[in-house]
Amino acid sequence: MNRQADQTIRPMQLVAFSWLVVTLGVLVIGFREAIFLVPTDAAQGDVGRIFYYHVPIAMLSLAFPFLNFAASLAFLYWRHRDPLKALSADAMALASAEVTIVYLSIVLSTGMLWGKAAWGIWWTWDARLTSLLLLWLLYVSYLIVRRFSSTGQSQTIAAILSVFAAVDSPIVYMSIRWWRTQHPAPVFGGGPGSGLDKSMMPAFVWNIAAWAMWGIFITGYRYALERRRQIAEQDAALSAIEASLELTQ
Amino acid sequence: MTYLRHVLDHLRKDLRLEWRSRDSVNGMLFFALLVVIVFSLAFDPTATESRLIAGGILWVAILFATITALNQSWAREQRNQVLDAQRMAPSPASALFLGKVFSNMLFVLLVELVLAPLFVVFYNLHALGNGWLLALVMPLGTWALVCNGTFFAALGLRTRNREMMLPLVLFPISLPALLAMIQATTGILTAELDPIQIGWWIRLLAGYDIIFTTVCLLLFDIVISAE
Repeated sequence: MNRQADQTIRPMQLVAFSWLVVTLGVLVIGFREAIFLVPTDAAQGDVGRIFYYHVPIAMLSLAFPFLNFAASLAFLYWRHRDPLKALSADAMALASAEVTIVYLSIVLSTGMLWGKAAWGIWWTWDARLTSLLLLWLLYVSYLIVRRFSSTGQSQTIAAILSVFAAVDSPIVYMSIRWWRTQHPAPVFGGGPGSGLDKSMMPAFVWNIAAWAMWGIFITGYRYALERRRQIAEQDAALSAIEASLELTQ
Repeated sequence: MTYLRHVLDHLRKDLRLEWRSRDSVNGMLFFALLVVIVFSLAFDPTATESRLIAGGILWVAILFATITALNQSWAREQRNQVLDAQRMAPSPASALFLGKVFSNMLFVLLVELVLAPLFVVFYNLHALGNGWLLALVMPLGTWALVCNGTFFAALGLRTRNREMMLPLVLFPISLPALLAMIQATTGILTAELDPIQIGWWIRLLAGYDIIFTTVCLLLFDIVISAE
Protein backbone atom coordinates (compact mmCIF):
# COMPACT_ATOMS: atom_id res chain seq x y z
CA MET A 1 0.00 0.00 0.00
CA ASN A 2 2.81 2.33 0.93
CA ARG A 3 4.70 1.48 -2.22
CA GLN A 4 1.89 2.72 -4.43
CA ALA A 5 1.84 6.03 -2.60
CA ASP A 6 5.56 6.39 -3.17
CA GLN A 7 5.23 6.12 -6.92
CA THR A 8 2.93 9.12 -7.35
CA ILE A 9 4.56 12.51 -7.13
CA ARG A 10 3.54 14.16 -3.88
CA PRO A 11 2.83 17.92 -3.72
CA MET A 12 5.85 18.54 -1.45
CA GLN A 13 8.14 16.94 -4.01
CA LEU A 14 6.74 19.21 -6.70
CA VAL A 15 7.30 22.27 -4.50
CA ALA A 16 10.85 21.16 -3.70
CA PHE A 17 11.67 20.51 -7.33
CA SER A 18 10.36 23.86 -8.55
CA TRP A 19 12.14 25.57 -5.62
CA LEU A 20 15.39 23.97 -6.75
CA VAL A 21 14.88 25.07 -10.35
CA VAL A 22 14.18 28.68 -9.29
CA THR A 23 17.18 28.59 -6.92
CA LEU A 24 19.49 27.45 -9.71
CA GLY A 25 18.14 30.24 -11.90
CA VAL A 26 18.76 32.87 -9.22
CA LEU A 27 22.24 31.46 -8.59
CA VAL A 28 23.05 31.87 -12.29
CA ILE A 29 21.78 35.48 -12.29
CA GLY A 30 23.78 36.23 -9.16
CA PHE A 31 26.90 34.72 -10.69
CA ARG A 32 26.48 36.76 -13.89
CA GLU A 33 25.92 39.97 -11.90
CA ALA A 34 28.87 39.44 -9.57
CA ILE A 35 31.44 38.17 -12.04
CA PHE A 36 30.57 39.97 -15.32
CA LEU A 37 28.33 43.00 -14.72
CA VAL A 38 29.61 44.74 -11.58
CA PRO A 39 32.41 47.23 -12.32
CA THR A 40 35.80 46.10 -11.02
CA ASP A 41 36.62 47.43 -7.56
CA ALA A 42 38.94 50.42 -7.83
CA ALA A 43 41.06 49.51 -4.81
CA GLN A 44 41.09 45.72 -4.93
CA GLY A 45 40.64 44.75 -8.56
CA ASP A 46 38.95 41.49 -9.43
CA VAL A 47 39.71 40.04 -5.98
CA GLY A 48 36.97 42.29 -4.67
CA ARG A 49 34.37 40.14 -6.42
CA ILE A 50 34.79 37.49 -3.73
CA PHE A 51 32.85 39.96 -1.57
CA TYR A 52 29.61 38.93 -3.31
CA TYR A 53 30.11 35.39 -2.09
CA HIS A 54 31.87 35.93 1.22
CA VAL A 55 29.50 38.48 2.75
CA PRO A 56 26.09 36.94 1.85
CA ILE A 57 27.25 33.51 2.99
CA ALA A 58 28.73 34.99 6.17
CA MET A 59 25.39 36.64 6.95
CA LEU A 60 23.55 33.37 6.35
CA SER A 61 26.08 31.39 8.37
CA LEU A 62 25.00 33.46 11.38
CA ALA A 63 21.31 33.03 10.54
CA PHE A 64 21.18 29.23 10.42
CA PRO A 65 22.50 28.83 14.00
CA PHE A 66 19.36 30.64 15.12
CA LEU A 67 17.24 28.06 13.31
CA ASN A 68 19.27 25.38 15.07
CA PHE A 69 18.80 27.15 18.40
CA ALA A 70 15.05 27.54 17.93
CA ALA A 71 14.66 23.91 16.86
CA SER A 72 16.71 22.76 19.87
CA LEU A 73 14.59 24.80 22.26
CA ALA A 74 11.47 23.36 20.64
CA PHE A 75 12.93 19.89 21.09
CA LEU A 76 13.61 20.51 24.78
CA TYR A 77 10.10 21.88 25.24
CA TRP A 78 8.34 18.99 23.47
CA ARG A 79 10.66 16.27 24.72
CA HIS A 80 8.21 14.90 27.25
CA ARG A 81 5.05 16.75 26.23
CA ASP A 82 4.87 15.60 22.61
CA PRO A 83 7.68 13.20 21.61
CA LEU A 84 6.63 13.00 17.95
CA LYS A 85 6.82 16.77 17.49
CA ALA A 86 10.11 16.70 19.40
CA LEU A 87 11.52 14.25 16.85
CA SER A 88 10.76 16.56 13.95
CA ALA A 89 12.26 19.50 15.87
CA ASP A 90 15.37 17.43 16.37
CA ALA A 91 15.55 16.59 12.66
CA MET A 92 15.36 20.33 11.93
CA ALA A 93 18.13 21.03 14.46
CA LEU A 94 20.39 18.45 12.84
CA ALA A 95 19.67 19.69 9.32
CA SER A 96 20.34 23.33 10.21
CA ALA A 97 23.52 22.44 12.11
CA GLU A 98 24.92 20.63 9.09
CA VAL A 99 24.02 23.52 6.79
CA THR A 100 25.63 25.92 9.28
CA ILE A 101 28.88 23.95 9.08
CA VAL A 102 28.81 24.13 5.28
CA TYR A 103 28.26 27.89 5.28
CA LEU A 104 30.87 28.51 7.98
CA SER A 105 33.42 26.45 6.04
CA ILE A 106 32.72 28.46 2.90
CA VAL A 107 33.07 31.74 4.83
CA LEU A 108 36.37 30.65 6.34
CA SER A 109 37.82 29.47 3.04
CA THR A 110 36.68 32.44 0.93
CA GLY A 111 37.90 34.74 3.68
CA MET A 112 41.29 33.05 3.62
CA LEU A 113 41.51 33.40 -0.17
CA TRP A 114 40.69 37.09 0.10
CA GLY A 115 43.08 37.56 3.05
CA LYS A 116 45.96 36.03 1.11
CA ALA A 117 45.30 38.42 -1.80
CA ALA A 118 44.56 41.57 0.22
CA TRP A 119 46.61 41.19 3.41
CA GLY A 120 49.28 38.79 2.14
CA ILE A 121 48.49 36.24 4.87
CA TRP A 122 46.02 33.38 5.00
CA TRP A 123 45.02 33.79 8.61
CA THR A 124 45.32 36.19 11.52
CA TRP A 125 44.04 35.81 15.08
CA ASP A 126 41.76 38.79 15.01
CA ALA A 127 38.49 38.95 16.94
CA ARG A 128 36.13 38.36 14.03
CA LEU A 129 38.15 35.50 12.56
CA THR A 130 38.72 33.87 15.94
CA SER A 131 35.09 34.05 17.00
CA LEU A 132 33.93 32.64 13.67
CA LEU A 133 36.43 29.78 13.92
CA LEU A 134 35.08 29.21 17.42
CA LEU A 135 31.54 28.94 16.06
CA TRP A 136 32.78 26.42 13.48
CA LEU A 137 34.50 24.39 16.23
CA LEU A 138 31.34 24.44 18.35
CA TYR A 139 29.22 23.08 15.54
CA VAL A 140 31.80 20.42 14.68
CA SER A 141 31.75 19.29 18.30
CA TYR A 142 27.93 19.39 18.14
CA LEU A 143 27.96 16.90 15.27
CA ILE A 144 30.64 14.74 16.92
CA VAL A 145 28.62 14.57 20.14
CA ARG A 146 25.62 13.39 18.17
CA ARG A 147 27.72 10.50 16.92
CA PHE A 148 29.28 9.67 20.29
CA SER A 149 26.23 9.47 22.46
CA SER A 150 24.17 6.33 22.61
CA THR A 151 20.84 6.38 20.81
CA GLY A 152 17.93 7.97 22.58
CA GLN A 153 20.06 10.47 24.46
CA SER A 154 22.00 12.11 21.67
CA GLN A 155 19.17 14.53 20.89
CA THR A 156 18.96 15.96 24.39
CA ILE A 157 22.71 16.30 24.72
CA ALA A 158 22.97 17.92 21.30
CA ALA A 159 20.11 20.31 22.04
CA ILE A 160 21.82 21.48 25.22
CA LEU A 161 25.09 21.96 23.40
CA SER A 162 23.25 23.98 20.79
CA VAL A 163 22.14 26.45 23.47
CA PHE A 164 25.80 26.99 24.37
CA ALA A 165 26.73 27.44 20.72
CA ALA A 166 23.93 29.94 20.30
CA VAL A 167 25.51 32.17 22.94
CA ASP A 168 28.53 32.55 20.65
CA SER A 169 26.86 33.60 17.40
CA PRO A 170 25.84 37.10 18.61
CA ILE A 171 29.45 37.54 19.75
CA VAL A 172 30.63 36.83 16.20
CA TYR A 173 28.15 39.37 14.88
CA MET A 174 29.21 42.05 17.33
CA SER A 175 32.95 41.31 17.22
CA ILE A 176 33.79 43.84 14.51
CA ARG A 177 31.72 46.44 16.32
CA TRP A 178 33.22 45.85 19.78
CA TRP A 179 36.85 45.49 18.81
CA ARG A 180 39.00 47.33 16.33
CA THR A 181 40.01 44.43 14.13
CA GLN A 182 41.98 43.76 11.03
CA HIS A 183 38.80 42.43 9.44
CA PRO A 184 37.09 45.16 7.36
CA ALA A 185 34.51 47.25 9.22
CA PRO A 186 30.83 46.30 8.92
CA VAL A 187 29.36 47.04 5.50
CA PHE A 188 25.76 47.41 6.66
CA GLY A 189 24.66 49.39 9.69
CA GLY A 190 28.20 50.24 10.65
CA GLY A 191 27.68 53.97 11.05
CA PRO A 192 28.56 56.74 8.59
CA GLY A 193 30.29 55.69 5.40
CA SER A 194 28.95 52.15 5.49
CA GLY A 195 26.63 50.71 2.90
CA LEU A 196 27.16 49.74 -0.71
CA ASP A 197 27.54 51.76 -3.86
CA LYS A 198 24.44 51.60 -6.09
CA SER A 199 26.32 49.78 -8.83
CA MET A 200 27.20 46.94 -6.44
CA MET A 201 23.69 46.51 -5.04
CA PRO A 202 22.11 44.16 -7.65
CA ALA A 203 24.96 41.64 -7.48
CA PHE A 204 24.78 41.62 -3.71
CA VAL A 205 21.00 41.29 -3.51
CA TRP A 206 20.80 38.53 -6.13
CA ASN A 207 23.54 36.56 -4.41
CA ILE A 208 22.11 36.81 -0.93
CA ALA A 209 18.70 35.73 -2.25
CA ALA A 210 20.26 32.86 -4.18
CA TRP A 211 22.32 31.52 -1.30
CA ALA A 212 19.44 31.91 1.15
CA MET A 213 17.23 29.89 -1.20
CA TRP A 214 19.95 27.30 -1.64
CA GLY A 215 20.39 27.00 2.12
CA ILE A 216 16.66 26.63 2.67
CA PHE A 217 16.51 23.95 -0.01
CA ILE A 218 19.40 21.94 1.48
CA THR A 219 17.97 22.30 4.98
CA GLY A 220 14.57 21.08 3.81
CA TYR A 221 16.10 18.21 1.87
CA ARG A 222 18.26 17.13 4.82
CA TYR A 223 15.25 17.47 7.12
CA ALA A 224 13.15 15.21 4.92
CA LEU A 225 15.98 12.67 4.80
CA GLU A 226 16.37 12.69 8.58
CA ARG A 227 12.60 12.34 9.03
CA ARG A 228 12.65 9.27 6.77
CA ARG A 229 15.45 7.79 8.84
CA GLN A 230 13.49 8.42 12.04
CA ILE A 231 10.33 6.86 10.61
CA ALA A 232 12.26 3.85 9.34
CA GLU A 233 13.79 3.49 12.82
CA GLN A 234 10.35 3.65 14.44
CA ASP A 235 8.98 1.06 11.98
CA ALA A 236 11.91 -1.25 12.71
CA ALA A 237 11.36 -0.87 16.46
CA LEU A 238 7.64 -1.53 16.05
CA SER A 239 8.14 -4.66 13.97
CA ALA A 240 10.73 -5.91 16.49
CA ILE A 241 8.16 -5.51 19.27
CA GLU A 242 5.49 -7.26 17.18
CA ALA A 243 7.86 -10.12 16.40
CA SER A 244 8.67 -10.58 20.07
CA LEU A 245 4.94 -10.63 20.89
CA GLU A 246 4.33 -13.34 18.29
CA LEU A 247 7.16 -15.42 19.72
CA THR A 248 5.66 -15.47 23.20
CA GLN A 249 2.22 -16.54 21.98
CA MET B 1 17.55 29.24 52.69
CA THR B 2 16.74 25.56 52.23
CA TYR B 3 18.32 25.81 48.78
CA LEU B 4 21.55 27.00 50.33
CA ARG B 5 21.42 24.16 52.83
CA HIS B 6 21.02 21.63 50.00
CA VAL B 7 24.04 23.12 48.22
CA LEU B 8 26.11 22.97 51.40
CA ASP B 9 25.03 19.37 52.03
CA HIS B 10 26.21 18.34 48.58
CA LEU B 11 29.42 20.27 49.07
CA ARG B 12 30.09 18.67 52.45
CA LYS B 13 29.45 15.20 51.03
CA ASP B 14 31.89 15.78 48.16
CA LEU B 15 34.55 17.18 50.45
CA ARG B 16 34.22 14.22 52.80
CA LEU B 17 34.45 11.72 49.93
CA GLU B 18 37.52 13.49 48.63
CA TRP B 19 39.09 13.67 52.08
CA ARG B 20 38.76 9.91 52.45
CA SER B 21 40.15 8.97 49.04
CA ARG B 22 42.14 12.04 47.94
CA ASP B 23 41.83 10.71 44.39
CA SER B 24 41.18 13.79 42.33
CA VAL B 25 43.38 16.33 44.14
CA ASN B 26 46.43 14.05 44.11
CA GLY B 27 45.84 13.08 40.50
CA MET B 28 45.38 16.67 39.40
CA LEU B 29 48.38 17.89 41.32
CA PHE B 30 50.76 15.35 39.86
CA PHE B 31 49.37 15.79 36.37
CA ALA B 32 49.70 19.58 36.47
CA LEU B 33 53.21 19.26 37.84
CA LEU B 34 54.15 16.96 34.97
CA VAL B 35 52.71 19.35 32.40
CA VAL B 36 54.70 22.24 33.89
CA ILE B 37 57.92 20.20 33.87
CA VAL B 38 57.38 18.93 30.34
CA PHE B 39 56.78 22.47 29.11
CA SER B 40 59.80 23.88 30.92
CA LEU B 41 61.96 21.14 29.39
CA ALA B 42 60.52 21.81 25.97
CA PHE B 43 61.00 25.58 26.01
CA ASP B 44 64.04 26.01 28.26
CA PRO B 45 62.73 29.36 29.47
CA THR B 46 65.03 32.22 30.31
CA ALA B 47 63.79 35.05 32.51
CA THR B 48 62.37 37.39 29.87
CA GLU B 49 60.90 34.75 27.58
CA SER B 50 59.36 32.82 30.44
CA ARG B 51 57.16 35.74 31.41
CA LEU B 52 55.70 35.81 27.92
CA ILE B 53 54.72 32.16 27.84
CA ALA B 54 54.15 31.44 31.53
CA GLY B 55 50.54 32.68 31.54
CA GLY B 56 49.62 30.35 28.70
CA ILE B 57 51.45 27.37 30.16
CA LEU B 58 49.97 27.86 33.59
CA TRP B 59 46.43 27.86 32.23
CA VAL B 60 47.03 24.95 29.89
CA ALA B 61 48.42 22.93 32.81
CA ILE B 62 45.40 23.81 34.94
CA LEU B 63 43.01 23.05 32.09
CA PHE B 64 44.51 19.59 31.49
CA ALA B 65 44.56 18.85 35.20
CA THR B 66 40.95 19.98 35.59
CA ILE B 67 39.86 17.66 32.79
CA THR B 68 41.40 14.62 34.50
CA ALA B 69 39.50 15.36 37.70
CA LEU B 70 36.20 16.32 36.05
CA ASN B 71 35.98 13.08 34.14
CA GLN B 72 35.95 11.30 37.49
CA SER B 73 33.79 13.73 39.44
CA TRP B 74 30.44 12.21 38.48
CA ALA B 75 31.70 8.64 38.33
CA ARG B 76 31.60 8.32 42.10
CA GLU B 77 27.92 9.31 42.00
CA GLN B 78 27.15 6.46 39.65
CA ARG B 79 28.35 3.71 41.97
CA ASN B 80 25.45 2.08 43.84
CA GLN B 81 22.97 4.21 41.84
CA VAL B 82 23.62 7.27 44.01
CA LEU B 83 22.80 9.52 41.07
CA ASP B 84 19.36 7.96 40.68
CA ALA B 85 18.72 8.50 44.37
CA GLN B 86 19.72 12.14 44.03
CA ARG B 87 17.47 12.54 41.05
CA MET B 88 14.51 11.39 43.11
CA ALA B 89 15.46 13.43 46.17
CA PRO B 90 13.31 16.53 46.84
CA SER B 91 16.28 18.89 46.55
CA PRO B 92 16.48 20.87 43.28
CA ALA B 93 18.88 19.49 40.67
CA SER B 94 20.73 22.77 40.38
CA ALA B 95 21.67 22.53 44.08
CA LEU B 96 23.42 19.26 43.33
CA PHE B 97 25.19 20.95 40.44
CA LEU B 98 26.25 23.97 42.49
CA GLY B 99 27.56 21.78 45.29
CA LYS B 100 29.59 19.80 42.79
CA VAL B 101 30.96 22.95 41.17
CA PHE B 102 31.97 24.41 44.54
CA SER B 103 33.78 21.26 45.58
CA ASN B 104 35.58 20.96 42.23
CA MET B 105 36.43 24.65 42.47
CA LEU B 106 37.98 24.11 45.92
CA PHE B 107 40.04 21.17 44.63
CA VAL B 108 41.36 23.11 41.65
CA LEU B 109 42.13 26.19 43.78
CA LEU B 110 44.06 23.93 46.15
CA VAL B 111 46.06 22.59 43.21
CA GLU B 112 46.72 26.15 42.04
CA LEU B 113 47.95 27.15 45.49
CA VAL B 114 50.52 24.35 45.41
CA LEU B 115 51.36 24.93 41.78
CA ALA B 116 51.92 28.68 41.93
CA PRO B 117 55.13 28.67 44.03
CA LEU B 118 56.56 25.85 41.91
CA PHE B 119 55.76 27.86 38.85
CA VAL B 120 57.55 30.90 40.21
CA VAL B 121 60.63 28.77 40.90
CA PHE B 122 60.73 26.84 37.63
CA TYR B 123 60.08 29.83 35.39
CA ASN B 124 62.03 32.30 37.47
CA LEU B 125 59.05 34.62 37.64
CA HIS B 126 58.13 37.78 39.39
CA ALA B 127 55.20 39.88 38.31
CA LEU B 128 56.12 43.22 36.78
CA GLY B 129 52.52 44.49 36.79
CA ASN B 130 49.92 44.54 39.55
CA GLY B 131 50.45 41.10 41.07
CA TRP B 132 47.38 41.36 43.29
CA LEU B 133 45.16 41.31 40.18
CA LEU B 134 46.06 37.64 39.83
CA ALA B 135 43.93 37.06 42.93
CA LEU B 136 41.01 38.21 40.78
CA VAL B 137 41.97 36.48 37.54
CA MET B 138 42.71 33.05 39.01
CA PRO B 139 39.34 32.43 40.73
CA LEU B 140 37.33 33.89 37.84
CA GLY B 141 39.22 31.79 35.30
CA THR B 142 39.02 28.67 37.40
CA TRP B 143 35.29 29.15 37.83
CA ALA B 144 34.83 29.41 34.07
CA LEU B 145 36.64 26.09 33.53
CA VAL B 146 35.11 24.25 36.47
CA CYS B 147 31.51 25.36 35.98
CA ASN B 148 31.34 24.41 32.29
CA GLY B 149 33.50 21.36 32.88
CA THR B 150 31.27 19.96 35.62
CA PHE B 151 28.24 20.59 33.44
CA PHE B 152 29.63 18.80 30.42
CA ALA B 153 31.03 15.97 32.50
CA ALA B 154 27.46 15.34 33.65
CA LEU B 155 26.33 15.51 30.05
CA GLY B 156 29.00 13.00 29.11
CA LEU B 157 27.78 10.40 31.61
CA ARG B 158 25.54 8.94 28.98
CA THR B 159 27.90 8.97 26.03
CA ARG B 160 30.27 6.36 24.73
CA ASN B 161 33.96 7.22 25.33
CA ARG B 162 33.22 10.06 27.68
CA GLU B 163 36.89 10.76 28.43
CA MET B 164 37.14 11.79 24.79
CA MET B 165 33.94 13.80 24.73
CA LEU B 166 34.68 16.20 27.57
CA PRO B 167 37.69 17.94 25.96
CA LEU B 168 35.99 17.93 22.56
CA VAL B 169 33.11 19.93 23.96
CA LEU B 170 34.79 21.85 26.76
CA PHE B 171 37.74 23.27 24.79
CA PRO B 172 35.73 25.12 22.12
CA ILE B 173 33.28 26.50 24.67
CA SER B 174 36.05 27.62 27.05
CA LEU B 175 38.12 29.30 24.34
CA PRO B 176 36.83 32.84 24.99
CA ALA B 177 37.46 32.43 28.73
CA LEU B 178 40.89 30.88 28.13
CA LEU B 179 41.82 33.76 25.86
CA ALA B 180 40.79 36.29 28.49
CA MET B 181 42.60 34.45 31.32
CA ILE B 182 45.81 34.04 29.37
CA GLN B 183 45.81 37.62 28.10
CA ALA B 184 45.14 39.00 31.57
CA THR B 185 47.74 36.77 33.26
CA THR B 186 50.42 37.49 30.69
CA GLY B 187 49.57 41.18 30.84
CA ILE B 188 50.03 41.18 34.60
CA LEU B 189 53.27 39.20 34.50
CA THR B 190 54.90 41.26 31.75
CA ALA B 191 53.29 44.64 32.53
CA GLU B 192 52.98 45.10 28.77
CA LEU B 193 49.23 45.66 28.78
CA ASP B 194 47.98 48.85 30.35
CA PRO B 195 45.61 48.48 33.34
CA ILE B 196 42.60 49.48 31.26
CA GLN B 197 43.13 46.58 28.89
CA ILE B 198 43.71 44.15 31.73
CA GLY B 199 40.54 45.42 33.37
CA TRP B 200 38.75 44.87 30.09
CA TRP B 201 39.86 41.21 29.90
CA ILE B 202 38.83 40.69 33.52
CA ARG B 203 35.41 42.16 32.80
CA LEU B 204 35.06 39.86 29.79
CA LEU B 205 35.93 36.91 32.02
CA ALA B 206 33.38 37.97 34.65
CA GLY B 207 30.71 38.39 31.95
CA TYR B 208 31.53 34.95 30.57
CA ASP B 209 31.23 33.45 34.05
CA ILE B 210 27.84 35.05 34.66
CA ILE B 211 26.38 34.02 31.29
CA PHE B 212 27.56 30.44 31.34
CA THR B 213 26.80 29.82 35.01
CA THR B 214 23.24 30.97 34.35
CA VAL B 215 22.91 28.73 31.29
CA CYS B 216 24.33 25.75 33.21
CA LEU B 217 21.99 26.27 36.17
CA LEU B 218 18.96 26.58 33.91
CA LEU B 219 19.77 23.50 31.85
CA PHE B 220 21.11 21.17 34.51
CA ASP B 221 17.67 19.85 35.40
CA ILE B 222 17.29 18.61 31.80
CA VAL B 223 20.75 17.06 31.80
CA ILE B 224 20.32 15.09 34.97
CA SER B 225 16.89 13.76 34.05
CA ALA B 226 17.69 13.00 30.39
CA GLU B 227 16.41 9.51 29.71
